[in-house]
Amino acid sequence: MMDPRELYQELILDHGRRPRNFRPMPDASHSAEGKNPLCGDHVIVRLRYKDGVVEDVAFEGSGCAICTAAASTMSEVVKGKTRAAVETLFNEFHDLVTGKGTHDLEDLGKLAAFAGVSEFPMRVKCATLAWHTLQSALDGTTEVTTE
Amino acid sequence: MTQPATREEARGGTPAAWDVAKVRRDFPALDQTVHGRPLVYLDSAATALKPQAVIDAVTGVYAKDCANVHRGVHLLSQRATLAFEAAREKTRRFVNARETSEIVFVRGTTEAINLLAQTLGRRVGPGDEILITALEHHSNLVPWQMACEATGATLTVAEVSDTGEVTVEAVAAKLTDRTRIVALAHASNTLGTVLPVAEIARLAHQRGAVVVVDGAQAAPHLRVDVQALDADFYAFSGHKVYGPTGIGVLYGKKAIFESLPPWQGGGSMIRSVSLTKTTYKGLPDRFEAGTPDIAGAIGLGAAIDYLDSFDRASLEAYEARLLAYGTAALERIPGLRLIGTAKNKIGVLSFVMEGVHPHDLGTLVDGEGVAIRTGHHCTQPLMERFCVPATARASLGIYNTETDIDRLVAALRKAKELFS
Repeated sequence: MMDPRELYQELILDHGRRPRNFRPMPDASHSAEGKNPLCGDHVIVRLRYKDGVVEDVAFEGSGCAICTAAASTMSEVVKGKTRAAVETLFNEFHDLVTGKGTHDLEDLGKLAAFAGVSEFPMRVKCATLAWHTLQSALDGTTEVTTE
Repeated sequence: MTQPATREEARGGTPAAWDVAKVRRDFPALDQTVHGRPLVYLDSAATALKPQAVIDAVTGVYAKDCANVHRGVHLLSQRATLAFEAAREKTRRFVNARETSEIVFVRGTTEAINLLAQTLGRRVGPGDEILITALEHHSNLVPWQMACEATGATLTVAEVSDTGEVTVEAVAAKLTDRTRIVALAHASNTLGTVLPVAEIARLAHQRGAVVVVDGAQAAPHLRVDVQALDADFYAFSGHKVYGPTGIGVLYGKKAIFESLPPWQGGGSMIRSVSLTKTTYKGLPDRFEAGTPDIAGAIGLGAAIDYLDSFDRASLEAYEARLLAYGTAALERIPGLRLIGTAKNKIGVLSFVMEGVHPHDLGTLVDGEGVAIRTGHHCTQPLMERFCVPATARASLGIYNTETDIDRLVAALRKAKELFS
């Protein structure tokens, strides 16, 4: 098994410490709240979604480094993407962190830093909480839990 | 090595030394490496490791005395029944109950409390109150909430102090003439606090309330005396007292216990059955419908025998010393805050660390071979009370050493470095 220290790539530590797009969004068109009751991770994802494109994403909440870094990197990579492109990215990210990934790591860019999560099944939910929440926001559901 | 003193000597003054090296040899699970390092197990409050004697007892049931209890006339059934009932008697002694029939085997503390919430808890009505404390495990909270929903009674809550204590005064402040049930932990799984159960029971009884004690965390550490506590009910789990999972105990004072309606219906709990009318047995069978966890009960009996083989004063002195050592060691780590600093505690050390989320700590510490628990510990209201999303928790058992604590401290410092 992999040394847990390798899970905490520099990029994850950095985004965990200084999350990007960690702010309120008063003019959000969509939002949802995500909770992982088992570990207490909690994120609120807000976005401005117009003409089928995610114009802006922001999040707030509290969670572990994996959860915070996943939300932070997500907020960067989905900006400007169509709904379909967001779905594709989430699927690829999900496959990556659950170890089903056959995707080219280079295509995933920053998200590739989360490859180590697949070695820690207990932490998959930390990495996917923000993504599930984003999906709920786009679906128009306002609450999601990962258990 | 120091020769263990006699029990007499122990009673007289300094307790005998605790031969932890010998104790550790009794626990085969300790003999393994995790991520290439010898296992340090600091999660006994979640479940304790099992001594070989317990493993052998459980195996012995399946390998040899494999038969149902209270049913057959054949020899195997007789042997299984005798061993099963012997475990009940050992349990009676373990909690100092007056009668063996006051001991009912259940699946665990959770099932014991649900049994009570669905029988005793249905005797209350609108305007009545069920009083719990703010540090209760969800298992001593949710069943009572459900009882209140079903009956229209009100759930009231005694406050917990900043150090994690529930004082007699805090309970007294919430006791009223409408309080019908007082349900409280003997010791907190999250904070380690030992509650003044005997004093609280006295006050509760003055108001005519029934006292239900969740002993899941206390039973492995304290000498439980249900008569001295004057608990009407006392529940605990086998797996936390070094016994198997799947077995637990509900003690109840005979008069009130046998006045409760049956809970689950089925075999074993009936006196006679016809298609129009069924009559029920008395204690303990009344509450043991169906085939019980025979191996679990016998394994629990073996765990009690195992604990009884030690001088309790030395066990308690050792655990107290280890807790003091652990408390001091953790307090020396900059940015670490202990949650739960009551004067009277069992070996539970809950903490948060500045800049590192408990979950990240848990994963990183595991990487060093150290097993701790992280999360809300099934006490979400308590997390809110202390304004933390979760904590990391190291909990001690009779096999832990100062070296275990040192390994934890080193792992925590390493984790902190990574995140700084």
